[in-house]
Amino acid sequence: MLLQRVPLGIVTIWIVTMIVFAATQLLPGNAALAVLGKNATPERLAALEKQMGLDQSPVAQYWHWFSGLLQGDPGRSLVNQQTISSLTGPQVLNSAALVVTAGILGTLIGVAVGLVAAVLRDSPLDHALAATALAILSLPEFVIAIFVTVLFSTNVFHWFPAVSALPPGARPWDHVSMLVLPTIVLVIVIAPYVFRMMRAATVEALESEYGEMAGLKGLTKRQVLLRHALPNAVAPTVQAIGLNLLYLAGGIVVVESVYNYPGVGQALYQAILNKDVPTIQFLVTLLAAFYVIVNIITDVLALMATPRRRLQR
Amino acid sequence: MSVSVGTTDPVHEQGHGGAVETGKGNMRVTVENLTVRIASSKVVIVNDVSIEVAAGEILGIVGESGSGKTTLGLAMIGHTRRGLEISHGAIRLDGRDLTSLPARKMTGLYGSAMTYVPQDPGTALNPARRIGSQLREILTVHGVSKREADERIREILGEVGLDGVRHVLSAYPHQLSGGQQQRVAIAMAFACRPGLIVMDEPTTGLDVTTQRTVLNTVRSLCSKYGVAAIYVSHDVAVVAELADQVAVVYAGKIVERGPAARVFGSPEHPYTRGLLRAVPSAERRTRLRAMPGVRPELGDPSPGCAFAPRCSISESRCHHVSPVLVAVPAGSDGSHSARCLVAPGVGTREAMALDLRVLDAVDDQHEEADSTVVLQVSNLSAHYGTKKVLHDINLSIGKNECLALVGESGSGKTTLSRCLVGLHRGWSGEVRLSDEEITPGVSQRSRDALQRMQYVFQNPYASLNPRRTVGGLLLQPLEHFTKLGRRERNQRVVSTLDAVSLPRTYLAKYPDELSGGERQRVAIARALVVQPQVLVCDEVTSALDVSVQASVIEMLRDLQLDQELSILFITHNLPLVRSIAQHVAVMSDGRIIEQGGTDSVLDNPQAVYTQQLMEHLPSFEDPVRSVGLG
Repeated sequence: MLLQRVPLGIVTIWIVTMIVFAATQLLPGNAALAVLGKNATPERLAALEKQMGLDQSPVAQYWHWFSGLLQGDPGRSLVNQQTISSLTGPQVLNSAALVVTAGILGTLIGVAVGLVAAVLRDSPLDHALAATALAILSLPEFVIAIFVTVLFSTNVFHWFPAVSALPPGARPWDHVSMLVLPTIVLVIVIAPYVFRMMRAATVEALESEYGEMAGLKGLTKRQVLLRHALPNAVAPTVQAIGLNLLYLAGGIVVVESVYNYPGVGQALYQAILNKDVPTIQFLVTLLAAFYVIVNIITDVLALMATPRRRLQR
Repeated sequence: MSVSVGTTDPVHEQGHGGAVETGKGNMRVTVENLTVRIASSKVVIVNDVSIEVAAGEILGIVGESGSGKTTLGLAMIGHTRRGLEISHGAIRLDGRDLTSLPARKMTGLYGSAMTYVPQDPGTALNPARRIGSQLREILTVHGVSKREADERIREILGEVGLDGVRHVLSAYPHQLSGGQQQRVAIAMAFACRPGLIVMDEPTTGLDVTTQRTVLNTVRSLCSKYGVAAIYVSHDVAVVAELADQVAVVYAGKIVERGPAARVFGSPEHPYTRGLLRAVPSAERRTRLRAMPGVRPELGDPSPGCAFAPRCSISESRCHHVSPVLVAVPAGSDGSHSARCLVAPGVGTREAMALDLRVLDAVDDQHEEADSTVVLQVSNLSAHYGTKKVLHDINLSIGKNECLALVGESGSGKTTLSRCLVGLHRGWSGEVRLSDEEITPGVSQRSRDALQRMQYVFQNPYASLNPRRTVGGLLLQPLEHFTKLGRRERNQRVVSTLDAVSLPRTYLAKYPDELSGGERQRVAIARALVVQPQVLVCDEVTSALDVSVQASVIEMLRDLQLDQELSILFITHNLPLVRSIAQHVAVMSDGRIIEQGGTDSVLDNPQAVYTQQLMEHLPSFEDPVRSVGLG
């Protein structure tokens, strides 16, 4: 299974790099023009194009770029001629810190609340949780962000900064207070998904015949939950967590921009504003690779948690 | 720490971590006035049941779907499904009332003093955990040490015949066959040497050979360890063979109870008699008698006997007075009793006996049937991928003939039927339908060929489009296959509905509004409406109750006579074959191993496999019929 998925994932990423490259080729103007701006004369343009390799065929350009990527060198930014890795590296790290923190917290909260709701299913608490989850799911994340900011920063409590603009070069964990609000927003956004999947999967297991059977074997409710329901709730919940991580990779753009947090979202936004094509190519490829890798990991984990799919008769 | 348990006190404290002496055989279970209802609507499902099971004795609870038999079985170990509650009554396990025990104590009793064997171990075993850990758990959770548990498991695996299966303990449930799964469930139930076991149709999904070994295992373990057992089933033959005592349940009440030989040998309640008349016999070809009407809805408030509307001997008082269980024959010791105002009275026995005498062998009008061959299959072989699943099948069906295709699950009988109707196209060989050769795939067949062979699916709950009315369902094939005008189409629909004995008011109904038997009639009508020559029926009664099965089978028999229909009847049920088919072909491992006239094959089977099938049938010795005919 893993042996199938990994090569397939690599092929997928490779195809993505081609699509990304082709798409940027279709953009009007070219990189040399973007660099030179108003200073462009035909001579200087031709010289720069030659220097940047833009006079070569698209295939040769792609190969140049792709082989660079494989060697860990995504090229240089058009804006300031810095290497893209040194330019975007800290921002990728900032986003990763946010995604990992929010992913772990959101998953833990979703799983725990989901278990509680499943055990107390059809109680007033369960109904209240279900309604809350639905309400959150139906709100766009910037609304949640505004609400969280109003509550914890500007109007009600004044606990955390409303803007999370880390100073350049600073590491996110040196400024934890700046991480708090974006993390809270992302946790609020993802926890309901995990909660709903966890609750549904656990209820299904508890009300299944093997759940009933476990009770009739003399297991306490807690034992039935932990030993019989949980192992069967793992696979669907892992899938939900994976989907959430993927969602985070996109949802983070909005949240980063609300809090002015210097992450991948902001880097991509800036690159697009600046028509910084190599940087756009790199970041998009990076996000695609993240999608593919998370997909492979969740599929494999879910498979490992499902003996019926893993083992032959 | 070890908590010793006296034989007089099976109901004991057993905190986790405390060891429990298992081996609680020789208990008596007494149920008094047990009533179970739906907690929200107060609708009663099990109504005022009193019954007793002695140690080492097997009580069979017989009933059709919706009778409340499973709810009753589970309630006898104090368990109710979600949404149900025991509203009244007592369950005494060696004198102590389970209904008054706190949940914590009940948890301690489950798995050790009382256990449960589920209907479908495929869903009752946890798919995410290994067999070994699920087996060990029932012991360790009751305080048996790990070492002792392993020893006990080794012993019990031998007792249920799983000791020869390699890696059974490290397997996951899906890696075992249905029979092996059920043996694991039985091993689990007997592991702690309980005093009481409730089994809910544990052999329903198994073929007859496996059923036989499972039943033998259950019986020997029950008597070996002095277990009081409750065996819930719809299968009269299985219960007749296994149980010492029988309770027949109808609409939540016990309508007749007594020793198995008495209840099945001289049934007193009209429902019991009706049930037995509907059961086909493997020994003799009989017409099956369906009971008229349908069972009452849950919570039906009508007074009087619940069976009265369907009863052939009911009197006007039956509709007003609720009968109680009374000893039969009147004045006897009460070991056999029936809930009927009329039957135990003087003078009715003669009427009932006459009633039973109607069970003649079916007049075989087919002996001199037309010898024209309608469907001829020659050297048919089929593949799934590269795997050959059918080998050189040869068979033919004559005009007006019913050929039964018999085999156990996995024998290839359904594959063969799917090849014939074109749903599976991976086959070679020759199939001729009225001398016209037909192609494998359904999409290459002529309209005419398609129309002349129609298929009825096993499960009428899944085969009818829920968004179409009965009328719409019957019109669709007509519009597809014929160029009839609107009036003629409607006439055809109505006459087909008549043929399957459904009232015309059903034209506007949706499948959801119909019972299982009615749905299967609609499915058959949908096939018949285009006037096919051959009807392929794939296990069409296996999802139905026995009394409903009887009516569907009799309907098919009548259609075969009246409409010149040839039927390929696929089934695993040999008694049913005896009842309906003139010829039979026995399949095993993708081959036809024996075929011929039904009576000659079943009376004098030549293939070892057929002999085994006949031998392993539950030996329901036709007591009713011998009484009635005697």
